[in-house]
Amino acid sequence: MTTLTREAPRLATTQPLIRLERVSKSYGRVVAVDSVAATVYPGEVLGIVGESGSGKSTFLRMMNLEERPDSGSYKLALPDVPEAAGNLFDLDRFDARMLRARHIGIVYQNPHQGLLMGNTSSGNVAERLLVSGERRFAALRSRAGAALESSEFPLERMDARPIELSGGMQQRVQLAKAIALEPAVLLLDEPTTGLDVSVQALVLDTLKRLQRDRKITMVIVSHDLGVIRTMADRVMVMRRGAVVEEGLADQIFQDPQHHYTQQLVQAKL
Amino acid sequence: MTAPILTVEGLSKTFTMHHLGQDLFAFEEIGFDVSPGQFVLLSGPNGAGKSTLLRTLYRSYLPTGGHAWYHSRHGRIDLARAADIDIAFLRRQEIGFVTQFLVARPRVAAQDLVAEPLRANGAPAADALTEAQRWLSEFGVKPDLWQAYPTTFSGGEQQKVNLARALIRPPRLLLLDEPTASLDAGARAALVRRLSHLKTEGVAIIGVFHHPGDVAELIDHEIVLKTRETADVAV
Repeated sequence: MTTLTREAPRLATTQPLIRLERVSKSYGRVVAVDSVAATVYPGEVLGIVGESGSGKSTFLRMMNLEERPDSGSYKLALPDVPEAAGNLFDLDRFDARMLRARHIGIVYQNPHQGLLMGNTSSGNVAERLLVSGERRFAALRSRAGAALESSEFPLERMDARPIELSGGMQQRVQLAKAIALEPAVLLLDEPTTGLDVSVQALVLDTLKRLQRDRKITMVIVSHDLGVIRTMADRVMVMRRGAVVEEGLADQIFQDPQHHYTQQLVQAKL
Repeated sequence: MTAPILTVEGLSKTFTMHHLGQDLFAFEEIGFDVSPGQFVLLSGPNGAGKSTLLRTLYRSYLPTGGHAWYHSRHGRIDLARAADIDIAFLRRQEIGFVTQFLVARPRVAAQDLVAEPLRANGAPAADALTEAQRWLSEFGVKPDLWQAYPTTFSGGEQQKVNLARALIRPPRLLLLDEPTASLDAGARAALVRRLSHLKTEGVAIIGVFHHPGDVAELIDHEIVLKTRETADVAV
């Protein structure tokens, strides 16, 4: 079969916000991520799909600078991330944490991973706001309330602890915490897995609205093709740590090229 | 004569079905031009590749050969080879596609769905909503349904929402895949009026119509596609 190469010159319309190149990560003899590259443009939603163990969540954690790769480079084109920062994977732990807190938000599949269950919901969000230097209690509470409201969390429950909330509400608290400092990038690791379909639809609608109104760049990892189809502009398909195919979301679902992607799409209920 | 907005040269599409070890030829070596304000009808028997050609131009399908030179506001680009991000940009700004099916997200009201293309391009929420309601009204969607979820609508009502959403922000190149299939006479007439208006505004239109008589007065050029056989792949 003839396959066209995509060598056409780009329209001079937009430059990448995120650029990762040749990122690899192994755990002992297990290769989790094998020389993966990804480019994400401002305001778009990149979906990453693949079976369990394909390396998609590991890749996302590396984008969140919480996991270091064995090799590879990571650049974020933001005005206050100096070019001198070069490869973000080379930042020390403190600088990585500060960069993550200011520019990257993340929502985990498991709220226990992203939230302090014994703290209040507003307290969880306020903790993130402390990074901005804000220390006044009233301002912290008001800004936490605004972030919770944007996530469509009922404000009358802002003093409830996440452990007292449903799974959908916990995800909204995670989302509020993730967007509290208006990050340029929002990472979502299976954000609706484990939620029933009606709650899942509500969470996805909230994410869609945030993306439209705030133009947040999103990277969403999911094994649920319906979620990816609803959310993503472009899709990257991973298998055994490598990217086997990437393309526009409708192209990946309607005209998948790789035999693995065809299997994946055909297996969708 | 006006310069073409789209020049298709030797465009081909073959589907590879790995699990069957087969290639399926859709069309081969197609070429034509479309100028601003021109209406091109694609015709031919079932399976000739009419819808596939539209989807290939929109890049829902990846072409296997040839070129589709599109003259965008930002320069000339080959839709067959352009980067995905450029195609995504052109879809938002310049190229529209209306199929016979609405892809609606659950729990999003009809009026919000129609207003979305305007909101995404920075229109204030209230203005976008008013405009969306005007378009829904133009296609005959009753006000009672404006705040309801289209996933619960009949096929015809869904298609009216689909058309309003697709046309509320007119593209420069419009691809239509049987948009009148499930419409009643009133909505069909509204669509023909709207397409006629778009033509006068310089929008280039390529369409497949189950009943071409609906748009007979708009057609400038007809392209007839023929069928091909399925062939085994040498694996």
